Amino acid sequence: MKISAVFKHVLSMAAVAAFAAVAVPAQAWEPTKTVEFIVPAGSGGGADQMARAIQGIIVKHNLMKEAMVVINKSGGAGAEGFLDVKSAKGDPHKIIITLSNMFTTPLATGVPFNWRDLTPVKMMALDEFVLWVNAETPYKTAMEYVDAVKKAGAGKMNMGGTGSKQEDQIITAAIEQKTGAKFTYIPFKGGGTVAVQLVGKHIDSSVNNPIEAVAHWRGGKLRPLCVFDTQRMPYKDKMTSTMSWNDIPTCKEAGLDVNYLMLRGIFMPGGVSQDQVDYYVNVLRKVRETPEWTALMNKGAFNQTSLEGKEFADWVAAAEAEHIALMKAAGFMAGGK
Amino acid sequence: MDALNSLLDGFAVALTFTNIALMFAGVILGVIIGVLPGLGGANGVAILLPLTFSMAQTPGGQTSAIILLSCIYWGALFGGAITSILFNIPGEPWSVATTFDGYPLAQKGRAGAALTAAFTSSFFGAAVGVIVITFLSPIVAEFALEFGPPEFFAVYMLTFCAFIGMGKEPPFKTIVSMMLGFALAAVGSDTVTGTLRMTFGTATLLTGFDFLVAVIGLFGIGEILMTLEEGLEFRGASAKLNLKVVLETWKELPKYWLTSLRGAAIGCFMGIVPGGATPASFMSYGVARRMSKDGDKFGEGMVEGVVAPETAAHAAGTSALLPMLTLGVPGSPTAAVLLGGLLIWGLEPGPLLFVEQKDFVWGLIASMYLGNIAGLIVVLTCVPLFAAILRIPFSVIAPIIIVICAIGAYTVHNTTFDVYMMVVFGVVGYAFKKLAYPLAPLVLAIVLGDRAEASFRQAMLVSHGDMSIFFSNKLVGGLTGLALFLLFWPLISWLIRRLR
Repeated sequence: MKISAVFKHVLSMAAVAAFAAVAVPAQAWEPTKTVEFIVPAGSGGGADQMARAIQGIIVKHNLMKEAMVVINKSGGAGAEGFLDVKSAKGDPHKIIITLSNMFTTPLATGVPFNWRDLTPVKMMALDEFVLWVNAETPYKTAMEYVDAVKKAGAGKMNMGGTGSKQEDQIITAAIEQKTGAKFTYIPFKGGGTVAVQLVGKHIDSSVNNPIEAVAHWRGGKLRPLCVFDTQRMPYKDKMTSTMSWNDIPTCKEAGLDVNYLMLRGIFMPGGVSQDQVDYYVNVLRKVRETPEWTALMNKGAFNQTSLEGKEFADWVAAAEAEHIALMKAAGFMAGGK
Repeated sequence: MDALNSLLDGFAVALTFTNIALMFAGVILGVIIGVLPGLGGANGVAILLPLTFSMAQTPGGQTSAIILLSCIYWGALFGGAITSILFNIPGEPWSVATTFDGYPLAQKGRAGAALTAAFTSSFFGAAVGVIVITFLSPIVAEFALEFGPPEFFAVYMLTFCAFIGMGKEPPFKTIVSMMLGFALAAVGSDTVTGTLRMTFGTATLLTGFDFLVAVIGLFGIGEILMTLEEGLEFRGASAKLNLKVVLETWKELPKYWLTSLRGAAIGCFMGIVPGGATPASFMSYGVARRMSKDGDKFGEGMVEGVVAPETAAHAAGTSALLPMLTLGVPGSPTAAVLLGGLLIWGLEPGPLLFVEQKDFVWGLIASMYLGNIAGLIVVLTCVPLFAAILRIPFSVIAPIIIVICAIGAYTVHNTTFDVYMMVVFGVVGYAFKKLAYPLAPLVLAIVLGDRAEASFRQAMLVSHGDMSIFFSNKLVGGLTGLALFLLFWPLISWLIRRLR
């Protein structure tokens, strides 16, 4: 109870105005108590940032009458968070933000969980992955780099990434399968650490998200080679003196036919009613219309695709099938399946 | 002098009425957060983060927002020492080393002196940390880039070696305790392979054993069990209750200038690398115990044994913000949350932050000076108040402590399982004390075990299993060499004596 006491104390101190009641249009269902927003990842990471930004936008624009608290449940590569939501069947006061570990964690560890245990609410955005090398290396294109990796010999060049048997390593495995190059994959705890390890030349490349590496790119320490998307990123503001996000070629254009996007979506527990899902869909639609959200999207050069309802569920099912195929080929499945 | 001008501009930004009010509010809140075990600085900052989101949208608001959050951080750094000294319950991981001498001091009736020494050393450590950030940030940021997996492992090894083999306990008891800690640290998800270890197929063990739950149980509950056995007698009741104790302690502190400087240097190094405040405090305590001429008396209630870990912890906590600002790498869990905050507010930590967001950066740095002064004022004036808590009869305070401990253990992961674990750890702590096994190596191994393991295995991946990577350049070779030297110091000094 101490948390909420402290929380309320400061609320009253810093943002009294924000809590003045504001008319919310009449709806079939509304939360009747505090909503828990579960983050199946540690504090400070990409999913956590997005969850806290959403929470901040909701508070600032009074999009919900009841309060929302963000709770990190990162244990077991996110399994803790997913199992928590799975066991809260029928509870409409709980939502969860997901990343690719929704697929990878149960597949790699055998934890009894599948996304079908949850109710898809809305895809908020997709996170891009970019192939980065240190700016002092001679590689100007993705293929130059891949050729250098092949030439150096199997396992001589190091690819750094976040976590093990998760998105970064899956992309690495996909590059290996397409090109025959062989990396040594080094797992680190966070994306920011990976970017700094690359700047310090302790690893040879990374597949950092834009937001994790942008500061070092702009500082002239890292060079982007290609983006693992089917289209170039749409952001045309110059990030360095010569390049914008839009100037980075897709990996396919560059001759490396690999693409991968990471889901940033919101889910509810299973067994909730359509009314309850609609309530959150509405709130999240309003979140996406705010200038703060647009600023966050620009900052992280996100792919702004957003889906709801059946389309979203179909997308998730397809993404799951892709993950199973990729992880099987790479030998990342639990129990060597 | 460029830095000095920028700093003065920073003071102009930070010194507004609102910002100073926020500073005091932040520090007080931080002290409360630091005192409550379980509710750490990282949690406290994370809870308030969404509120600052609206704040940060107004002009100059980003600076106010970071001032509020960073002052909570300073407050928590100060506050962690209070319960360590009074009740042997570390409120924060970096105050574990403070209990070693702080609690015995309190038992001797010198709680006021221990608190004053802890707060003053904290302030000194922070001041050194801020000065380093102010004048050396470009050089220091480059230095942090030198650290890859082998260097990190060498730093952790140095921490272990600085601490090992110097206790009064037989070395084998220390090793047993440390190995138990490593085993507990290995439970849960393995970063390097992504598989689950020693969870026995249960969901409750997925998260592993959290350090805080272990510490609350081992120290807090264990201590209460000990006191119960000894007949409900609280031994610190004769604490002095006026501010004179502050002045008296201040007269004593200059004697320990060397320990302070060493602590500050270790702290800054560990903060920048970034290794974190917890290893810094342990390393500083270990080194002080070895270097001090009163080293034998450490653990019986030496003011010097409070000065060493507190200076290092605060210096590390402060300088940990530097890699966060210049590289985007958090040096502590709290810094990780602050980093998330910067990104949400639309700032971009990294090499260009100092160029593009001058007002923000220097406002923050100026607020570090001011926030720590505010913190020192707040906590020092409260010393008699804190010490007075010890006058409450044990039969009243013990149930309160147990309830607060249980809440703290629950807060860590919001599970009741952790409360049961706390009780189990309490019994283990009691047994350890009865059998004269040291608790500190166990705690150190739980905190650093998985990080040390991950760095070691990352290094082994890089070198394809070749151990010579730990001597592959001057930096890592020097660190490894120093660690081995410290480890074998008892043997070496014995040999030197024989040769003479």
